[in-house]
Amino acid sequence: MSSRDVVLARVRRALADVPRDEGPEDVPVPRDYLRAHGSRTAEERVALLAENLAEYRALVHHTAADGLTALVTRLLDEHGARSVLVPSGLDPTWLPSSGPTRVDDRAASTTSRLDTVDSVVTGCAVAIAETGTIVLDGSPDQGRRRISLIPDHHICVVRVPDQVVDSVPQALERLDPTRPLTWVSGPSATSDIELDRVEGVHGPRKLEVVLLSE
Amino acid sequence: MSGTYLGMPAFPAAAASSTQDTRLRANLRYATHTIRDKRARAVAELDDWARLRAAGAAVKDRTLRHLDHYLEQLEEAVTAAGGQVHWAADAAEANAIVARLVRETGEREVVKVKSMATQETGLNRALAEAGISAYETDLAELIVQLGDDLPSHILVPAIHRNRGEIRDIFRERMGRWGRPAPEGLSDAPNELAEAARLHLREKFLNAKVGISGANFMVAETGTLVVVESEGNGRMCLTLPETLISVVGIEKVVPTWQDLEIFLQLLPRSSTAERMNPYTSMWTGTADGDGPRTFHLVLLDNGRTDTLADTVGRQALRCIRCSACLNVCPVYERAGGHAYGSAYPGPIGAILTPQLRGTASELDASLPYASSLCGACYEVCPVAIDIPEVLVHLRERVVQGGKVTRRGVKTVLKPAKGHAAERAAMRAAGFAFGHPGVLRAGQRLAGRTRRLHPRRLPGPGRAWSDTRDLPPVPAESFRDWWRRTRGEERGK
Ligand code: SF4
Repeated sequence: MSSRDVVLARVRRALADVPRDEGPEDVPVPRDYLRAHGSRTAEERVALLAENLAEYRALVHHTAADGLTALVTRLLDEHGARSVLVPSGLDPTWLPSSGPTRVDDRAASTTSRLDTVDSVVTGCAVAIAETGTIVLDGSPDQGRRRISLIPDHHICVVRVPDQVVDSVPQALERLDPTRPLTWVSGPSATSDIELDRVEGVHGPRKLEVVLLSE
Repeated sequence: MSGTYLGMPAFPAAAASSTQDTRLRANLRYATHTIRDKRARAVAELDDWARLRAAGAAVKDRTLRHLDHYLEQLEEAVTAAGGQVHWAADAAEANAIVARLVRETGEREVVKVKSMATQETGLNRALAEAGISAYETDLAELIVQLGDDLPSHILVPAIHRNRGEIRDIFRERMGRWGRPAPEGLSDAPNELAEAARLHLREKFLNAKVGISGANFMVAETGTLVVVESEGNGRMCLTLPETLISVVGIEKVVPTWQDLEIFLQLLPRSSTAERMNPYTSMWTGTADGDGPRTFHLVLLDNGRTDTLADTVGRQALRCIRCSACLNVCPVYERAGGHAYGSAYPGPIGAILTPQLRGTASELDASLPYASSLCGACYEVCPVAIDIPEVLVHLRERVVQGGKVTRRGVKTVLKPAKGHAAERAAMRAAGFAFGHPGVLRAGQRLAGRTRRLHPRRLPGPGRAWSDTRDLPPVPAESFRDWWRRTRGEERGK
């Protein structure tokens, strides 16, 4: 007997008390919990997102479309970025035409190569106001998972209010489970040393979220 | 690496030793109280907490009552998404599968995400025996690994170490495993974190094989979920060419939608955050993004035996948030090592003796490692009635009865003069033999010092060597004695 058969047979024997005609759906799951905690206007939702992101020590910026390039340029400059990772589908006008060297997100790039890049700019799939979370799903404007992980500085552009939802349940509805998903709530952090919070052990130590109003 | 809990002394002996360690107790007290208070605030923010909790418990119950169905569905979905599924009936088999999969890649080094399941199976040691070095990459696990130590808390495994000790460990040991600690490393947490960042980055960038567990597996979609803070998880899950995830069969949830419950319950119960910094979700393999090969090892190792017990089954709902540890008066005093397994605190007291059986003195004593105060049940986000299971297990240890071991139904003999009873008696005897301990708690530390064994025999010795002092505080112990003895007498 394979271990698969052994384990499944054990499971079935262990469940001798479950009536034969009971199906999974016969075990009720009450779903009377809330889809969102409070009702908000689009503006309030964006404001809550900004507040919660900031509480987790992400740096939050606001801009309209015509100010985006200048803002991104400034943020890269302030970080002293000499090079910036660019996902293939990122709107090219978001980045300064001169300035840091652009490094394309290529499957063939080695991790050591990526480790030499200072910053990365991405879009996002959805942002969650109640928890201060942005979610990346590997779409062309976000790139492979590793590019938002290795550089020390991540600038993430969220289109507001379109990409902002209230809650975790609403975010899951919008996401495609077949894509690799990365949920980010503030910069990398640890509290392993005497519970003192330290930002940035392995992921980017600086997370800047640009709320781009349309 | 020692990395094993086998051969540990029974709970009362281990607890008696660790309660004498002032530093350990101070660290633990600080940690548990801090997290506990923050958690209460984070939970109070959601006015539907009770309903989320009920839903979480119900989803887990549905899953457990139809586990065969969901496991088969999961296997199919993972396979369809390009993953390979393996089944392991016990720890040895899981370790052998992982060692074989690593060997087949031609690699001799792996990076690991913090994982309770591989702690439970003693994977690192098994890999070492197969000539494979396993590098822990969670900061706390790194501290534990470099210190040749064992984790003592689910969430903050190195909470028993303070910053000075961590600096010493980094200075002395990092160089043996890779990049040494920077010159003149201080004990400032940010410097220590930076040292870990540099040391581990070298490993991440070169790693070809990553090993992880998972917090959840979605049967419907084949999606695996890892919840973390530091980003070491993301590193291990996305940079290597091969990813091997070892996951207990109880970690499956039926649907994608079900994640909406657990992603609200877990961070708030665990780190008391609205959301943890990073969550990774992957479904099989993705083109050009992340590992090209993905293996899922589904682990039984006593879970089906636990499932067979209709009272104890609920322990399998556990989402390893560690909230029950932080409210437990016994854990606070005894520390995580005293529980002798990967699972400390109240959940360990009910899970370990079910996973391993109660044949050893340690495992038989675990159901007694509680005052039955009920705080663990109150905070548990999936409403596991830990006190109920504790009482049930005490009854089983003392009276015997039907149990399932390794899938086979057997009858456990009543424990007349059994290890557990002896262990319980000894612990109580310790308290009564030292009435000062019962009365006065910490004040008498200096005076009672000579009365307690300072060292543990056998494998426990290494960690009791450096630990000493003060006694068990009065209340929980007296309480414990009254309740446990009361129960035994009552039956
Ligand atoms: S038993 Fe409950 S409270 Fe304890 S770790 Fe598990 S889920 Fe958390």
